[in-house]
Amino acid sequence: MPSRRDVLRWGLGAGALLGALPGISFAGAGGSARFVVVILRGALDGLTAVPPYGDDAYAPARGPLAIARPGAAKGALELDGFFGLHPSLEGLHERWLARELLVVHATASPYRERSHFDGQNVLESGGEHPSGAASGWLNRALAALPASAGQGLALGQNVPLILRGSAPVGSWAPSALPEVEPELVSRLRDLYSNDATLSARLDEATRIGALADEDGADAGAQKKMARGGNVERLKAIAETAGRMLAATDGPRVAVMDAGGWDTHAGEGGADGQLATRLRALDQVLGALRGGLADAWSRSAVLVCTEFGRTVEVNGTRGTDHGTGAAALVVGGAVAGGRVYADWPGLSSRARYEGRDLRPTTDLRAIAKGLLADHLHVPSRALADVFPGSERIPAASGLVRA
Amino acid sequence: MTAELDAAIAVSRFGYGARPGELAAASSDPRGWLLAQLDRRAPPPAELAGLAPGSQVLAQFLAAREEQREARKTAARADSGDPVQKVANRVREVLLPHYLAQAAARTKAALATTQSFRERLVQFWTNHFAVSVDKPICLGTAGALENEVIRPHVCGRFADMLLAVETHPAMITYLDNQQSVGPDSDLGERANRRRRFGAAPKAKTGLNENLAREILELHTLGVDGGYTQADVTRFAAVITGWSIGGGQGRLASGTPGTFQFRGNLHQPGAQTVLGRRYAEGGFEQGQAVLRDLAAHPSTAHHLAVKLARHFVADDPPPALVETLAHAYRSSDGDLPTVYAALVHWDGAWAPTPRKFKTPAEFVYSSLRAFGVVPAEQKALLAGFELLGQRHYSPGSPAGWPDRAQDWDGADALMKRIEWSVALADRVGESHPATATLDAALGPLASEHTRTALSRAASGSQALSLLLMSPEFQRR
Repeated sequence: MPSRRDVLRWGLGAGALLGALPGISFAGAGGSARFVVVILRGALDGLTAVPPYGDDAYAPARGPLAIARPGAAKGALELDGFFGLHPSLEGLHERWLARELLVVHATASPYRERSHFDGQNVLESGGEHPSGAASGWLNRALAALPASAGQGLALGQNVPLILRGSAPVGSWAPSALPEVEPELVSRLRDLYSNDATLSARLDEATRIGALADEDGADAGAQKKMARGGNVERLKAIAETAGRMLAATDGPRVAVMDAGGWDTHAGEGGADGQLATRLRALDQVLGALRGGLADAWSRSAVLVCTEFGRTVEVNGTRGTDHGTGAAALVVGGAVAGGRVYADWPGLSSRARYEGRDLRPTTDLRAIAKGLLADHLHVPSRALADVFPGSERIPAASGLVRA
Repeated sequence: MTAELDAAIAVSRFGYGARPGELAAASSDPRGWLLAQLDRRAPPPAELAGLAPGSQVLAQFLAAREEQREARKTAARADSGDPVQKVANRVREVLLPHYLAQAAARTKAALATTQSFRERLVQFWTNHFAVSVDKPICLGTAGALENEVIRPHVCGRFADMLLAVETHPAMITYLDNQQSVGPDSDLGERANRRRRFGAAPKAKTGLNENLAREILELHTLGVDGGYTQADVTRFAAVITGWSIGGGQGRLASGTPGTFQFRGNLHQPGAQTVLGRRYAEGGFEQGQAVLRDLAAHPSTAHHLAVKLARHFVADDPPPALVETLAHAYRSSDGDLPTVYAALVHWDGAWAPTPRKFKTPAEFVYSSLRAFGVVPAEQKALLAGFELLGQRHYSPGSPAGWPDRAQDWDGADALMKRIEWSVALADRVGESHPATATLDAALGPLASEHTRTALSRAASGSQALSLLLMSPEFQRR
């Protein structure tokens, strides 16, 4: 017998939601929304990606790493007269001009130490502290949607913590090897008849594989994708993922992740190591948008990282682990063209523990706002999605009405 | 029967899976078969002969990088072709053969060895002290770290391994310590003076916390081991000057590519780390901190959890963890004593496998089941790449993850199937499936799997089913 909570979730929940959205059918609105989370592992330096050039303390603290003001040589791309975008992020700047990019700054998960691995655990599990949690917040959000709402897709061979849990999810990465004969798959299905985990994985793999085939990633194309250079490969994967998401029966949420943001030494400013990575990110997001095509207008992409980096440059022209970070929300469904930040300032006194950008926006508020208003996750369910976040209200108005 | 079952567990759970005939060899005394591999003075595998020392590879990298810098300057003056790109390619050209040779040697050793428990322990520690080749400077030295400081200490004391690893050029450069400068060191003082006179210092000077933090968090105490941000910063000051020879500018002196303690970068004075005061003593100050970290009960616990997770279960039984931690504490961190405690833990011999193989474990055990060591380098390394575990490239200092949830994605399973088909096609009819199954899994093979193999459409399909069977995917 279902518990009261299950009834609320599956029965009344959907009904109440439909009631709250008069005149719009579920499949036509919330049901077709697409949500992608991009995790930048290693702690993106938000002060380089989104330089607060209007803060008097910025250029002195950053020295050789500081991004110049808009208009100067290799200067930032103008946002709002105070913040700019890194000059490598040209595609995202176009989205800004189209009012499809919302920039979040001085944001952080509830984690306040400086371990990458614990930081990523909190970012993905959605809890308040690092833990051995078996499920991630995005999976719990999926689980709170009607079962017909579609599944989650991890771009990669395996599923990262953020998307693990009870809601069925698949994973996909291009392959350099020939496709497996259906006859062998059916024999394996028999072989796994006593093994719940392997048989579930096999079913997910065949379902997602079929979707990838339909969307143009046949074996030949995949082989090229799997063997291409790094950025080209990521772009091809993102574009295919966009097409899979755009399919009517495609997944509603997807996760991509990329490492290499841990810039302790030789970080660079307008040019250099981080600039190269930011350019690649910009291109990969562009490819995702290309793949989504018409579905871009129904999409929101959240780009986030486990924590920020120190305000001051360290002894090796890089930055060490910090706290407050920047996040980006981009997509045709996003109410963009603005910076969402309660800026604490960069002076020594304003910093968190004297060294880091002080976080003033809880990243969970942003995630909850997107889940509630974009994916239409029932507000009751958000307490399960982010346990312990009751005092962090969902940010409103992140997506277009 | 029990001896046969224990032999199969010894070889597949503790080792890298059975080669033809190996189950029989282990069955007279499965525990003894494991313990015999813990000889402190065993020579390195023959497959490693001829690899260049890491210091030599690093010296080549430093020289090629210097060439690249010069090319950049020339390119800035005269716009002629793209010499920068050419030299960047040359850095890769110089280092890639070393990387490939190290990866191939490691694979061959793991495929051919009759001591695969020991080989697994080597790779366990390499992963504990992870250095990833996606950082270009480490492309030719990550494998050298394994061969030069992990192997000699794998059956020694943890404290010795720790000091050897943290002073290996691969670790120093992976975590950026070579340029970390004490603010009050000779070099820091000089920079301060320049600043006071209004001139910009030649180069930014100061601490880099990266190595200090990862030693505390990943290599010794563990993230909950009881240190603070202040401990990280002070420990970073203690190990300023732990550098390498043969770079440019302030790193020019010393034998290129070797560890170099640079007194002029070292932060002078006493430091307090974890509540204990360490008097100034140059290089010795950092050695003293490492000795104390190795002896810390949090380190014993952290290492015990990782070993128990690797060999027994993703969420290891607390009693096993405490047994291993106790063995560590009471033996002054003697690793063979800890391994022996693991082998003698009865729960480690439960017939039901609880570990899902990582891609590397799957590739090793598959090739070992056929007794095959591909001669061609490409064939030798392809499986690791295709299944997502390229040698020496965990991508982060935390190393490859060690739980099923990190490896059992739907797509990952499909990639294993694809690879198993390719491998089975290659080894083909020369390996009768049932005999191969008996030799690889012995009594661990289920009736269900035996039936599936006997009904397969072809010999090669039967071999794919063997490799993809639930009992072969786990250990």
